[in-house]
Amino acid sequence: MLRHAVEDASTGSDSDYSNSWISWFLSSKGNEYFCEVEEDYILDRFNLTGLNTEVEHYVQALDLITDNLDDEYLEELRGSLDIQARLLYGLIHARWIVTARGLQKMLEKYKKADFGRCPRVLCLSQPLLPVGLTDVPYEKSVKLYCGRCEDLYSPKSSRHGSIDGAYFGTSFPHLLFLVYPSLIPPKSGPSDLGRPPAANSAEEAAARRRVRQREELADGSGEGLGEGISTAAVALRADRYRPRIFGFQVNEIAKLQRWQEAVRDRQVARLEALENPP
Amino acid sequence: MSRRVQQPAMETSPPDLQDEDVLSGAGEGDEVMEEVEEQEGYTSSTPTSSLTWISWFCSLPGHDYFCEVAEDFIEDDFNLTGLNSMVPFWKEAMEMVLDVEPDEDSAKIIPDVSLVEASAELLYGLVHQRYILTRAGLQAMAEKYEAGVFGSCPRVYCMSCNVVPCGRSDLPGVDTVKLYCPNCNDIYIPPSSRFQGVDGAFFGTTFAHLFFQSYRELLPAPFWKPPSSSGSLSPSRSPRSVTGSNSSQGTTPFVNPNPHGGQKRAAGKVYVARIYGFKVNERAKCGPRMQWMRLRPESPEELDYVDWRGRWIDDEDDQYDDDEDGEAEEDRHMEDFDPDPAADDDDDDEEEEEEEEDVRGSRRGLEGVQADAYGRPQPPSGGSRVKVVRQLVSV
Ligand SMILES: [Zn+2]
Ligand SMILES: [Zn+2]
Repeated sequence: MLRHAVEDASTGSDSDYSNSWISWFLSSKGNEYFCEVEEDYILDRFNLTGLNTEVEHYVQALDLITDNLDDEYLEELRGSLDIQARLLYGLIHARWIVTARGLQKMLEKYKKADFGRCPRVLCLSQPLLPVGLTDVPYEKSVKLYCGRCEDLYSPKSSRHGSIDGAYFGTSFPHLLFLVYPSLIPPKSGPSDLGRPPAANSAEEAAARRRVRQREELADGSGEGLGEGISTAAVALRADRYRPRIFGFQVNEIAKLQRWQEAVRDRQVARLEALENPP
Repeated sequence: MSRRVQQPAMETSPPDLQDEDVLSGAGEGDEVMEEVEEQEGYTSSTPTSSLTWISWFCSLPGHDYFCEVAEDFIEDDFNLTGLNSMVPFWKEAMEMVLDVEPDEDSAKIIPDVSLVEASAELLYGLVHQRYILTRAGLQAMAEKYEAGVFGSCPRVYCMSCNVVPCGRSDLPGVDTVKLYCPNCNDIYIPPSSRFQGVDGAFFGTTFAHLFFQSYRELLPAPFWKPPSSSGSLSPSRSPRSVTGSNSSQGTTPFVNPNPHGGQKRAAGKVYVARIYGFKVNERAKCGPRMQWMRLRPESPEELDYVDWRGRWIDDEDDQYDDDEDGEAEEDRHMEDFDPDPAADDDDDDEEEEEEEEDVRGSRRGLEGVQADAYGRPQPPSGGSRVKVVRQLVSV
């Protein structure tokens, strides 16, 4: 593993040396979650307010990521400056991806499932979005948010598991769905961003068919959630795993699941009452 | 199944398994990147005389989840009832699994030994499904479980709870193996592609749950009370132990009054989405819709507030219909956000501790507002409905 990582890092830096620092950074292995921050955004000092106190050698680090650093500095500071440049880029990145343009850039990556897919079987390979548990750097590593089960997962790869969550921030995925409500994944059945059918097992395809049939029976709404569609009752369509022993439900788990579903039903009733006041 | 058998059965050359990459099982994390490598390293060979077929089979990459079935279990015909109709070349497959020298005659009849290999694998898998439901099999799997061989739940707030393999069908050829987490009661795709060729039926639908009924000390309880922090201002400033699950409550032994229930303290935290530090309000279209799926009641008694049909018993039940709820309701003065003073500045050392306020807060919100909507009174908070559950399973 370590061997691989070292090789990747060295080949990455050599082959892309002629390119900009940002494109080198983005093409380095392990940095797949990052998107490109547009130069205009970085060059507008207003957007960087306060970052000078977070980053050592701030001026040189900024020069490095914008390819304006003098060669003499480059030789002298390369090692330590590289860490500060990554920190600075990460912190700018966190601010950038919650701007309109930044959201769009991340959306493109989301559509390609660059952040991986939900490991939960019943989420049917729903693409994930990166999220931080805190906006303060050096505290928590990045996690992945699934818009279908609305839960957090750890990245599979240790390369991604060691990325600072503050470089993505706590708001990003939720802001994305706030701004693009039509992208909120459905709670059952395939989403537009699901894996192509060929890659699925027959069993999964069958599950999808069943789910789709059920969905059509329920209210006829198709894939994805349209702009005008209510999400008050979507939870009712979520599929659950039901543990069984020789075909019988396990008592205590069945009880907990009934309780959970009763809580769900209350929320649905509450939300529907809000939407259709008497 | 994707084993590629390229060599005849009684080959004498040492197995390819000497290859470091194959045996080390790689790092759990990086399979995506290493898929190619794994596939290449996956050339099958047969055991030398020092290694039994069963040990060899269980040591193959991707077979990490299998335990070694005792030979006397396989030799007992009773345990194989009904399997011979499912496995072609039954006799030859049995001989291979049990390392019996094949008859002179049968060697002539079988056109390709790889057919027997496939049958032996199917036979072993189906026997394995049964074996791991026996006392000895459960014990063997428990050892692997405690050693972390099956990995841990990818869900962040399950706090790396160990998982067990499970199938979604007891019939072979239907689906690949999945992993069951006893903390969130959900199933996950194994993180490594090397398990994508392993049939889920070789573990079956029952094992995972029988396992946790047999080892209740490994089974998280269905209720969870957040660690009581002194006031909402400082959930945690002091350093906590690394084993988060019992950090602040670790001194008191955990007891589930249901003797048939899980006897381990659950990891009960539920993720709360925030935008700029504000909880996303459920009234927003993108508001939380799925927290219920991970939620646990604070006490075991609350489970009995819901009847077997999933309805709240005497609809008046709402022990959260108190002052706090009114407060929660008034908090909603922004369309999409709930203000939350405990937002970003209370990051503490353990994820375990981090969201305790929110979960309970949101739960009060969930149920409290409901009570408002229906205007129903609060039930007597005696919790007199504790019922000892005598049955293991309910129909
Ligand atoms: Zn999911
Ligand atoms: Zn879990």
